[in-house]
Amino acid sequence: MARFESLIDSVGDTPLVGLPRLSPTPDVRLWAKLEDRNPTGSVKDRAALWMVHAAEKDGLLQPGATILEPTSGNTGISLAMVARLRGYRLICVMPENTSVERRQLLQMYGAEIIYSPAAGGSNQAVAQAKELAAANPGWVMLYQYGNPANAAAHYESTGPEILRDLPSITHLVAGLGTTGTLMGTGRFLRERVPGIQVIAAEPRYGELVYGLRNIDEGFVPELYDPAVLTTRFSVGPKEALRRTRELVEREGIFAGISTGAILHAALAAADKAVAAGQRADIAFIVCDGGWKYLSTGAYAGTLAEAEAALEGQLWA
Amino acid sequence: MAIQVRIPTILRSYTGGAKSIEGKGDSLGALLDDLDSRHPGLRARLVTDDGALHRFVNIYVNDEDVRFTGSLETAVSDGDSVTVLPAVAGGAPGRG
Repeated sequence: MARFESLIDSVGDTPLVGLPRLSPTPDVRLWAKLEDRNPTGSVKDRAALWMVHAAEKDGLLQPGATILEPTSGNTGISLAMVARLRGYRLICVMPENTSVERRQLLQMYGAEIIYSPAAGGSNQAVAQAKELAAANPGWVMLYQYGNPANAAAHYESTGPEILRDLPSITHLVAGLGTTGTLMGTGRFLRERVPGIQVIAAEPRYGELVYGLRNIDEGFVPELYDPAVLTTRFSVGPKEALRRTRELVEREGIFAGISTGAILHAALAAADKAVAAGQRADIAFIVCDGGWKYLSTGAYAGTLAEAEAALEGQLWA
Repeated sequence: MAIQVRIPTILRSYTGGAKSIEGKGDSLGALLDDLDSRHPGLRARLVTDDGALHRFVNIYVNDEDVRFTGSLETAVSDGDSVTVLPAVAGGAPGRG
C-alpha cells in the first residue's frame, strides 16, 4: 500500500536494495537501506516523528509550543517539517560550518537558527542548546542524543523492516552520531539474530574540526551503549568521499558523504567475510541523498580537490 | 618500521607540536608506555590510574576502536597506524 493520510504517515518502510556490482561474491552480499526515501530525505524523519509523538503523549508538547534542538542539519529539517504540520515553533542550534543547503531548508520550513561557533563543533551546539533550555523553561528540548524515543524509532521500525526484508542478515552497518539508529536497530536485531555483527562507522573529520576540542570536555551521547556494538570504525574524509563516488558510479545511488563512510566499513566487513570463507548478508544505512552536500564540493573535481574542499566542514 | 601514532592538536604540547610520532610495542599498552618514556605525561592524558581509557578519549588501531578489540591489550605491530581522537558529538548519520 503506497497511499497515506498525510506526509507524516509515509515515514519509514523504505526500500532495501542489493548492490550486485559492489558485492564481492555471490555469497557475500551488500544491501542498502534507502533512508533518503523518507519525506524530508533522511533517516532522521523516524527519530523526529517518534520524539514528537512521545512528547505529545507525555503532555510535554502543547499546541503552539516551542521546540529547541541542537542539530547539524537532518534532524532539524525533519523536526521542522513535523513542527510545521503540527503547529509548533522550532529553534535549531547548529554549528556555523554546516552546508548552506541545510540552512536554507530549515529556513524554508520556518525554523529559526541560532549558530554556534564552528570551532566548537557539535559539542558546543549541544552545550549551547542545554544553556538555552535552562534559561527558557517554557521551551521543549527533545534532545536527540539522549531521548529514548530516538532509539525506539529504530527498534520499532528500521529494525523490523530490515529483518522482514533480509532474514538472512549477518551484519548491520550504520553511522554513529546520536547513536540512535545503531542502538535501536542493533538492539532489535541482536535479540533475534544470533551472532549478528553490529558495526558503527564514525566520521573522522579533518584537523580543523578537532582543533580546539578539549579532551576533558568531550561528549558521549546519553543513548550510547557500547554493548550493542561489535565493532566501531573511524572513517576519514578521503575514504568516505571515495566510497560515496563508487556508490553512485557503480550502483547508481547518489548518497550523502556519511553514507560513503558507512559503505567503507561495510566493505571492510565484506572483505573479512570473504577472507574467512563465510557467507554474509550485510545491510547498511543510506542516511540521506547527496543533494544537501553539492555545495561542499564533494562531488566535483578530483578526490583530492573534494577532500581539500571538505576540510573544516562537518560533512556528516 | 615502527608504529605511527597520530596525536590530536590538544595533546601536541606533549609531543613538541608533532602531529605524528613513532613508537614500538606488541600491545597498545606497551606502545603507550614506550611513547610516555619520550613524551612524559602523554599516557596519563589517555589512560586513568585504574588502567582504563579516559571516557572522552578514543583510540583506533588501523581505524578500529580499541574498546572493541581488547582496549590496552589490543595487539599492535610494525606498520600499524594508531589514531588518538577526542570524543565528539556526531552530526546526522544522516547528520543529527
